[in-house]
Amino acid sequence: MRGAAQIVLLLVVLSDLAVLGTSRLSSCIRGIAAQGLLLGLLPLLIAPQLSVHAVGLALGTVIVKAVVLPWFLAWAIREAAVRREIEPLVGFIASQLLGALAVALAFAIASRLPLPAMPQPLLVPVSLATLIIGFIVLTTRRKALVQVVGYLILENGIYLFGLTQTESVPFLIELGVLLDVFVGVFIMGIVVFHINREFDSLDSTRLTELTD
Amino acid sequence: MRLLVLCAIPLVTALAVLGLPAFRGRRVPVALLVVVAAAHLALVASLWAAPAAPALGGWLAVDPLGLTVLTLTSVLFLVTVVYIIGHVRHDPPRSGRVFAGSLLAFLAAASVVALAHHLAMLWVGMEATTLSVAPLVFLRRDRRSLEATWKYLVVSSVGIALALLGTFFLASAQGDVGRPLLLPDLLAHARELHPAWLRAAFLFLLVGFGTKMGLAPMHTWKPDTYGEAPSLVSGLMAGALTSCAFLGVARVTEVVVAAGLGSFAQPVLITFGLLSLAVAATFIIGQGDVKRLLAYSSVEHMGLLVLGLGLGGVGAYGSMLHLINNGLAKGWVFLVTGNVVLASGSATAAGNRGLVRTLPVSATLLVLGLFAVTGSPPFGLFLSEFTILRAAIDGGHAWIAAMMLVTLAVIFVGMAALVLGVALGEAAPGAVAVRESPWLVAGPIALAAIVLMLGVYIPGPLHDVLTRAAVALGGRGP
Repeated sequence: MRGAAQIVLLLVVLSDLAVLGTSRLSSCIRGIAAQGLLLGLLPLLIAPQLSVHAVGLALGTVIVKAVVLPWFLAWAIREAAVRREIEPLVGFIASQLLGALAVALAFAIASRLPLPAMPQPLLVPVSLATLIIGFIVLTTRRKALVQVVGYLILENGIYLFGLTQTESVPFLIELGVLLDVFVGVFIMGIVVFHINREFDSLDSTRLTELTD
Repeated sequence: MRLLVLCAIPLVTALAVLGLPAFRGRRVPVALLVVVAAAHLALVASLWAAPAAPALGGWLAVDPLGLTVLTLTSVLFLVTVVYIIGHVRHDPPRSGRVFAGSLLAFLAAASVVALAHHLAMLWVGMEATTLSVAPLVFLRRDRRSLEATWKYLVVSSVGIALALLGTFFLASAQGDVGRPLLLPDLLAHARELHPAWLRAAFLFLLVGFGTKMGLAPMHTWKPDTYGEAPSLVSGLMAGALTSCAFLGVARVTEVVVAAGLGSFAQPVLITFGLLSLAVAATFIIGQGDVKRLLAYSSVEHMGLLVLGLGLGGVGAYGSMLHLINNGLAKGWVFLVTGNVVLASGSATAAGNRGLVRTLPVSATLLVLGLFAVTGSPPFGLFLSEFTILRAAIDGGHAWIAAMMLVTLAVIFVGMAALVLGVALGEAAPGAVAVRESPWLVAGPIALAAIVLMLGVYIPGPLHDVLTRAAVALGGRGP
């Protein structure tokens, strides 16, 4: 099982980099859906034995992060008839280089953290890398919708860190966190939809009316 | 049991309003809002009379810190709801269901935050407060409110995500000691927590919840959000939501102080406090919109709260008292500003002149509010700001005291310039007096009366609770 978990964690990093490198909104959403699925597998692979807790968390994660939210974002693109390109502020190659740098940085930081011995040594570095890459997507993409994807990646990074604490965080709380993320992305999606209708664009850099 | 009911009443009614077909359409179920708000306040009052047993295996419990925030939220909510009775007659929201449902959801989430003794539950509640307010900011559904909602959502969501990471760091710091993330266990075993993780947790939680408070430099969403949201929503946010966020910061400070790391936390808190004061003073000068002005004033007061916390000693008591004073005063001034917007359509200096003639009661309340918010005697904010100042002087931080005085003076001048211009001055030719319905002024008058009372007399039970809260935060009573 340990080997499988390692492979899944590496795939998570690859899905991060894929989102950074893609120029199409639809593949961006497919990337985040794939990542949601991988995150859903992890509780099952990490848990010492199958428990209700692990299965529930896995199910909840897959439903919210791999099915409902990607479907909802895809719906928002279709309904709002958004142009399909991503229009980054930083080029795709440059973003991927930044992403690679983020991965290296994450491993460097994780190796210095005072961590107790863990069965999954990759969990913390992958979590930090995902977190940083989420930030990169959030800050270097113009389309509001892609920024929502960036926020989701950021949340996924934190979820991964949370997996180091599965014994101490009760199931109810994890459900609460999932519900909050779900409602948050849902509201963001609705706002994105209205931004497109009002401004004929999802470009958040056009939101500049409010200044001092 | 009472604690569960306290959270369940607003939650269940929120779900009913959002879900049941009977609540469709524009009509706002004001009677329901008033009943829920009154029941909530009655239950909160019963907590002052007799302590309640913890619920959900200790996840929900009352302590002085939480009780202060809970009471403030409950009072402010009732006042706001009474104001809404008058407000919806003039300016009904597009969807009464979303309006009432979001307000009730906010009350439920804020109650969970105030009572949560499980720090992950505190986070879940805090995120829920953020989300419940977003539809209210977006109520007008025009371009400007859209932009404000987007900024609010993105900045707060990222902030609160960092707070979640901080919460997990805290769990890492705890390891296997005591029940995970439960406040009493964290406090009892504070000295056994891993110091490096605890420091990281403190920083992440401070930045995360600080974003929600609107501490500089994470305050960027605040002027846009308070400026564009309906005034009564801005009032709830500036009074209650920020207080919940402060509670998050206070909780982790409690743990850090108990772990003996106060000397690590205090300089950080003081830095954020002074920076917020400086930023507020800079942007208040020359501000042309009353609501944006009040947003920067909120940045200032959030700065004062963490400054008092950082200074310790009587500063902690000052912060707790200031939490109440600031919350009530912000509610008061924002509601009155709502009347101005109702009458003239805007809160800008360009659109309003000589309001004493057209809106005599509201204009008077606005001017009085100016003096209260800037900490002039005899209002409560003078007393609490003075207590924080005294903590700076007691602690031998003369330059902090000096900086506080300078920024407060600058802020007073900046605020007075705008508010007095709007209230006094020549009314536009042809302006006529507007009838101010009692519903629209009763709430602000009640809040003003409490803030005035707190400036001259603090009731014994309140003093007792504030002192105990201050002691928990590593400070003391006056």
